[in-house]
Amino acid sequence: MNPILTVMRKEVRESLRDRRSFFASILFGPVLVPAMFALIIALTMRHDIAQTDAPLEVAVSHFDRAPNLMARLSEHNVILIRTQLDDAGAREAVRTGRFKAVLLIPPAYGQQIRSGAPAPLRLYADSSDVSAQRDTSRVRLLLAQYGSTLARLRLMARGVDPLLLDAVAVEDVDVATPADRSLVVLGALTLLIVLTMLMAGLHLAIDATAGERERGSLEPLLTVPVRREQLVYGKLLAACAFMLLSLSLTISALAIVLHFAGLERLGMTVNLGPASVLASAACCAPLAPLGAAFMTIVAAYTRTYREAQTYVGLTLLVPTLPLMFVGIMGLKPTAWLMLIPSLGQHFLVTRILRAEPIPPLHLLLSFGMTLALGVLLMWVAGRLYRRESLLG
Amino acid sequence: MIEAKGLVKRFGAVTAVREVTFRAEDGRITGLLGPNGAGKSTTLRILSTVLQPTSGGAWIDEVSVADDPLETRKRIGVLPHGAGIYPHLTGRENIEYFGELHGLGRTERRRRAAELVSLLEMSEFADRSAKGYSQGERLKTALARALIHDPRNVLLDEPTNGLDVMAVRSLRSLLTGLRAEGRCILFSSHVMQEVAALCDDVVVIAAGTVVARGTPDELRGLAARSDLEDAFVQLVGSESSANDERIAGGERR
Repeated sequence: MNPILTVMRKEVRESLRDRRSFFASILFGPVLVPAMFALIIALTMRHDIAQTDAPLEVAVSHFDRAPNLMARLSEHNVILIRTQLDDAGAREAVRTGRFKAVLLIPPAYGQQIRSGAPAPLRLYADSSDVSAQRDTSRVRLLLAQYGSTLARLRLMARGVDPLLLDAVAVEDVDVATPADRSLVVLGALTLLIVLTMLMAGLHLAIDATAGERERGSLEPLLTVPVRREQLVYGKLLAACAFMLLSLSLTISALAIVLHFAGLERLGMTVNLGPASVLASAACCAPLAPLGAAFMTIVAAYTRTYREAQTYVGLTLLVPTLPLMFVGIMGLKPTAWLMLIPSLGQHFLVTRILRAEPIPPLHLLLSFGMTLALGVLLMWVAGRLYRRESLLG
Repeated sequence: MIEAKGLVKRFGAVTAVREVTFRAEDGRITGLLGPNGAGKSTTLRILSTVLQPTSGGAWIDEVSVADDPLETRKRIGVLPHGAGIYPHLTGRENIEYFGELHGLGRTERRRRAAELVSLLEMSEFADRSAKGYSQGERLKTALARALIHDPRNVLLDEPTNGLDVMAVRSLRSLLTGLRAEGRCILFSSHVMQEVAALCDDVVVIAAGTVVARGTPDELRGLAARSDLEDAFVQLVGSESSANDERIAGGERR
């Protein structure tokens, strides 16, 4: 029996017996991530569908100063709450969350309207309160519409064609396909897949160095007639096996959740049949050896298991960096970008979900580079296992 | 047979082993005696190929430890200081895993593990998960693991640490049994009584240097003390005065 396989088999067996870390590493991702995802989608949809026509509450101070405006707002399903708040009171009421928006009508309002001068209105809102944004923008829109109607009436009264106000007529044409739109929601998908995959191998990667050392089993292990690299390779292969298991479970679970999530109702479609699930998993698979080796290398430099957990936990952020960078820069996939691990996989998975053809060169570059880096880092991990300072 | 010649080991600015030369014969129990931090563990780690000596050399059955570590490892069974076992495997699985790493076939390692389980009286706990093992049970497992490949040379680093009297006794009888089979046994300790009761030869190490070699009786004579503990204190405490002649006089070889 090849010693690499001996080590791998033992690591797999031991990890399967350690139920707590098994659940944490293998089931955490596939169960929690799709559940989280489903929740987010469900909330987004409720938000989208429910809130457009829902009655909207606005507190109005000095209601009687603008009866026509109030009537107009009421017509548009706005529930007006009469208050007598002054400036300070209105600020306080919005900040404490008593009202999402307060409309204050200054004393000069009526006079200004009558004389045809811009009539002051004051809308108090909290722009940092995301949940209130939709409401306040609706109020703002209704106020603007009211103002525009008044202006047109004034022009007509003076015998001027109100169309003169519309110097240009802009028409929005949204070219995003439904699949494109779903990508906004699914943008975080690759990130989650990569994260859960790394987490599945984290325990074993740490165990290879810091874990063995802390348990006192490293030194006996180093006295068996097996080359030290082979011990590491066995452990890395075991970590890869768990990562691939987690990867396929996560992607399958996500596919099922997305199937039932009803993205179509949001005008989104996502290409997640069995074939694209398999293809997505295959595209992410080359990250397993790279991730396992990287985490093992980081863990090799730590002194205790606890310290290793901290640092290896931080390295989970590394694959997210290129994704964030691309998100901010709005980069499109190019051959060069396919060379960057995790970014290449992101583009490939995105393409698969959009049901777009993938250039073979991109596929080759992403697979080749990620695998090559993985092999290189595995070699480095093997070299590190030969250092004497490994014993601590 | 284990031989060390002029071993030196430095970790950066710290010299853990300054000059260690000795020979442990087959069929004898050799004790490596010294206070904490004397360099006993480092010496044993060099002999078990875990560390590379800065200079000097070591041979196991005339195989150079530095030149052929894999061959060396086949010939030694090692119980390092504070040896740990895998808690999610049973004791027997721990033992057989090392048998597999030593290249033993399935039937062979099963047979050897069963032998060791009965020899070390482990049958009560050998098939239980090692998580709940007592200190003594862990040590027995680690010992059986070290012996799975029937090594001719056995290296033990402070094996009696933390054991109760009963466990120490059974360890002693095991070691004398191994000696009777003609194996070379080298073990380190800082407990004088331990060494006096068990060892045929004693190598006294202080501050990384061998300060005396001989049988327990010779060492007592060397330090002109009837008690080995007094002799030990005398030998170790006077190492700074560089009394090379006296040490040379007590050498067996």
